[in-house]
Amino acid sequence: MHFFQNHILSVVLFTPLAGAILALFIPREQDQAHRVLGNIFGFAGLIVSLPLVWWFQPDVGGFQFMENLDWIPSIGARYALGIDGISFLLVMLTTVLGALSILSSWNAIQIRKKEYYILFLLLQTGMLGVFMSLDFFLFYVFWEVMLVPMYFLIGVWGSDRRLYAAIKFFLYTLAGSVIMLLAILAIYFKNHETTGVYTFDIPTLLAAAPHFSQTMQQWLFWGLFFAFAIKVPMFPFHTWLPDAHTEAPTAGSVILAGVLLKMGTYGFVRFSVPMLPAASKQYAWIIILLSIVAIIYGALVCMMQKDMKKLIAYSSVSHLGFCTLGIFVFTPHGLSGSILQQINHGISTGALFLIVGILYERRHTRMIADFGGLSTPMPNFAAIYLIISLSSLGMPLLNGFIGEFTILRGVFEVSRVWAAWGVVGIILGAAYLLWLYQRVMFGAVTHPANEHLPDLNARELVTLVPLVLLAFWIGVYPKPFFRYLDVPVKKIVVGVNPTYYDKSERATIHVEAPLPAAAPVGEAGQPAAATPAAPPAAERK
Amino acid sequence: MWSEFLKPGDFQLILPMVQPALFGLGILLTDFLLEPRYKHWNAGLAMAGVGFSGYTLWQLRNLIARNGDQVGFNGSVLVDPFFIFFGFLFLAATALVILLSVRYLEIEAEHHGEYYALMLFATIGMMFMTSGIDLIVQFIALETMAISFYILAGFLRRDRRSNEGALKYLLLGAFSSGILAYGFSIMYGVAGSTNLIDITREFSRRAGGGVDLLVLLSIVTVGAGLFFKVAAVPFHQWAPDVYEGAPTSITAYVSVASKTASFALLLRLFQTAFWPARENWVMLIAGVAVASMTVGNFAAITQTNIKRLLAYSSISHVGYVLLGLVAAATGENVNETGLQGMAFYLFAYTFMNVGAFAVVILLRRKGLIGDDLEDMNGLFHRNPGAAVLLLIFLLSLAGVPPTAGFLGKYYIFLSLIQTGHYYLAVFAVLYIIPAVYYYFRIVVHAWMRESSDAVRPSASPAQSLVLTVTVFISLVAGLYPEPFVRLAGYSLFLPFGSLGR
Repeated sequence: MHFFQNHILSVVLFTPLAGAILALFIPREQDQAHRVLGNIFGFAGLIVSLPLVWWFQPDVGGFQFMENLDWIPSIGARYALGIDGISFLLVMLTTVLGALSILSSWNAIQIRKKEYYILFLLLQTGMLGVFMSLDFFLFYVFWEVMLVPMYFLIGVWGSDRRLYAAIKFFLYTLAGSVIMLLAILAIYFKNHETTGVYTFDIPTLLAAAPHFSQTMQQWLFWGLFFAFAIKVPMFPFHTWLPDAHTEAPTAGSVILAGVLLKMGTYGFVRFSVPMLPAASKQYAWIIILLSIVAIIYGALVCMMQKDMKKLIAYSSVSHLGFCTLGIFVFTPHGLSGSILQQINHGISTGALFLIVGILYERRHTRMIADFGGLSTPMPNFAAIYLIISLSSLGMPLLNGFIGEFTILRGVFEVSRVWAAWGVVGIILGAAYLLWLYQRVMFGAVTHPANEHLPDLNARELVTLVPLVLLAFWIGVYPKPFFRYLDVPVKKIVVGVNPTYYDKSERATIHVEAPLPAAAPVGEAGQPAAATPAAPPAAERK
Repeated sequence: MWSEFLKPGDFQLILPMVQPALFGLGILLTDFLLEPRYKHWNAGLAMAGVGFSGYTLWQLRNLIARNGDQVGFNGSVLVDPFFIFFGFLFLAATALVILLSVRYLEIEAEHHGEYYALMLFATIGMMFMTSGIDLIVQFIALETMAISFYILAGFLRRDRRSNEGALKYLLLGAFSSGILAYGFSIMYGVAGSTNLIDITREFSRRAGGGVDLLVLLSIVTVGAGLFFKVAAVPFHQWAPDVYEGAPTSITAYVSVASKTASFALLLRLFQTAFWPARENWVMLIAGVAVASMTVGNFAAITQTNIKRLLAYSSISHVGYVLLGLVAAATGENVNETGLQGMAFYLFAYTFMNVGAFAVVILLRRKGLIGDDLEDMNGLFHRNPGAAVLLLIFLLSLAGVPPTAGFLGKYYIFLSLIQTGHYYLAVFAVLYIIPAVYYYFRIVVHAWMRESSDAVRPSASPAQSLVLTVTVFISLVAGLYPEPFVRLAGYSLFLPFGSLGR
């Protein structure tokens, strides 16, 4: 048990890989065995990650469950794992969605099952590694490793234009990440110049990088930016997304939307903002502008879609716009809202892709026009789909509302105009999601083929109900989730926006002891507590 | 006389080359006695030659570990870690290619002893190219290797493509050797000696007085001759035709061994005689490197023949390796990361490229050449293992982690960033994208296309061994690269620093 507790991250990381290696030795003809094995290891990955919920201490700063071993001493790369509140939530999201999407593939995947489950498990290991790595080199390796299984998932089991979508996804993402490699190397050498140590250790670099010169930070910011922006994807870099999400098999779309996109936002939160605060502040307006464009543009494009899956794909562009917007206003609410919204997006968009997948399995079409009036033959399906739609569009008592509200609150503190654009995005989101629901579910059944569609079976319920429960949980009682975020978010905000807490504390409570500024003001005959605008001590001198 | 020109210990220093020569001659003699169905014994003899050579090379390694670098034959042969590293690399490449050849030559019905003998002679040439520190030795070694390759490239006498490739190779090769010899003659004229140590001393003396046109001319001509051998742009035109026409096993051999040996010679010269003038040639090398990556990558995109595709891609790999030299030669002191990167890259390239060609060789059978992209179709259904191996080799060639190829590229980028070549680094990383694109064209054919061809290609035990070794290195050098990084670090040589002459 002790060993398990100390190495839980490695266990979580390599459980899927162990499944993949085991599956290699089972002959390909045994389809059923592969399906069962894939699911066993998918769920095992979730089970072994559950103890984290109890063992993780949200109030402790820094990284937890750290593991640190020599890997390539000659270049200073180490096998270093560790999670803080932000990565904890993303790791849990990955294991939950991973298990559910493997389960959802039970009937959807009919050919080449062995490779499918092996690749899926490999993908799972790659994604978990990205969120757990505390070594920049290791991070990069996982970041790239995960592209290959995803390429095959889209390319082999996707729909008609799968080859095009797969290579487009691969090349696009690769283009960003190779530039990131250079930025990582530049940070590595820059850190060596100042400290004399060659290391890829992320906590060390997080501490060192903010002291780089402004010019250096600017270059590094753009070096990292493309990798993350393409992954998110931010507005002008989003064109790979509709293709990849639409062509991928259902489980692939769930993972793409649910987890892969979060790597981009995770990169911004973990690296760009804390490492390069000066440059982040300088260029924040560009990112905010692109985010608002993404919110509005993504929503407008959704309105025009004829293909359900493509509509949901574009809705990701809009929703992820909220996430990047929240990050780059540098307020605690914006940041924690953004991270929570990433989780929410994983839950609701993941569920939406599962829902489209369920319809596709029954009718082998994704066109909105081919459906209509489905609530009559599929009542349970209609209920769940409605809840998920409402969750995605930000209905109070469901998770999307909490995330978007918190983000907008954080944005509002900085600029009302930006917040107003965000609200427009929410309205448009309600419009396209409800309109989609109306066209698919309400009215009379227009196509005879839809008249006797079977309702959800037990397996499909198992894939969807946990997500519905999570949506309600976050919507009704989000406090436990925010608790994981408080400490790391505060650390980031202090790094990038050091005056934020000064201002807010001065505005609310009386000026506390650490401000010697009180003394001279007091001499002038005013009570110290009544000077909300006391200038900082540094300026005084 | 005896003591001056041929010390008793000298012979020991060239023993790793003498043994393959004896075995090569032995093969030529015994070949007459073998019936056609016993021709594979020749391969066994050749392997024995390689094995003996490896053993003595290991003893030499121990010798120089104890006593320091050794010079022999009146200062014309040098045994140092650089030679040991590359010597082992050549022997490994030769051994792998011999193992690949047996089945392949039987299918081609060209199973002759000369083939193995010539491979051994080429190996001798390559080893002398690395150990020679006298222009005459180096030139003769280069020609020994090149002439063996001219014949091997045309070994399929009944195949027109093979003949065409060999003739092209011979004519252009002779031309480039002439240019190289011209450069060597200028070096001799300037320094008054053919010994590299003397030449280095004279070139260093001259470097003090600004740009020396004679020195520059020798650098450009020698460079041109060597760029031809490594197939760098603009001296690359022979490569696609030779790669396509030559027997596939020889294509693999040319692409790794000949290239690595020429790089070793290039490094030897540029790190010694030409080193003092490095400010004059760094940009030249950088230009050739960028041109090689550009032409190689973009030309490879449209190829439909796998061997041609790999030929163009190998041109782009040359560009990456040359960038390591650019980084190494920037700044006051030699940048060791760059040199280490080149050594690691060449090491990784040897194994992953032989591996990729080994899969192509698997496809060859009576009535099917198997080098067209269409011939790859459905490989996954016909032989899943081969398809997985092919994927690993191609990922490694493209430079996707966690493979050896990624680490090689990583080292090159590392050295470029370290020496401040940011623009070159951006060029180099962005060229990974077209590379992934064309390598994945092969993957698409092997994994996602259905095949009309029901024959399941299978590997002979020897071929399986080659595939195992190459995939092992390609993966392990990416997952746990530390020992291989040390190995590459071992190969670094101080230009005659320890000789004390």
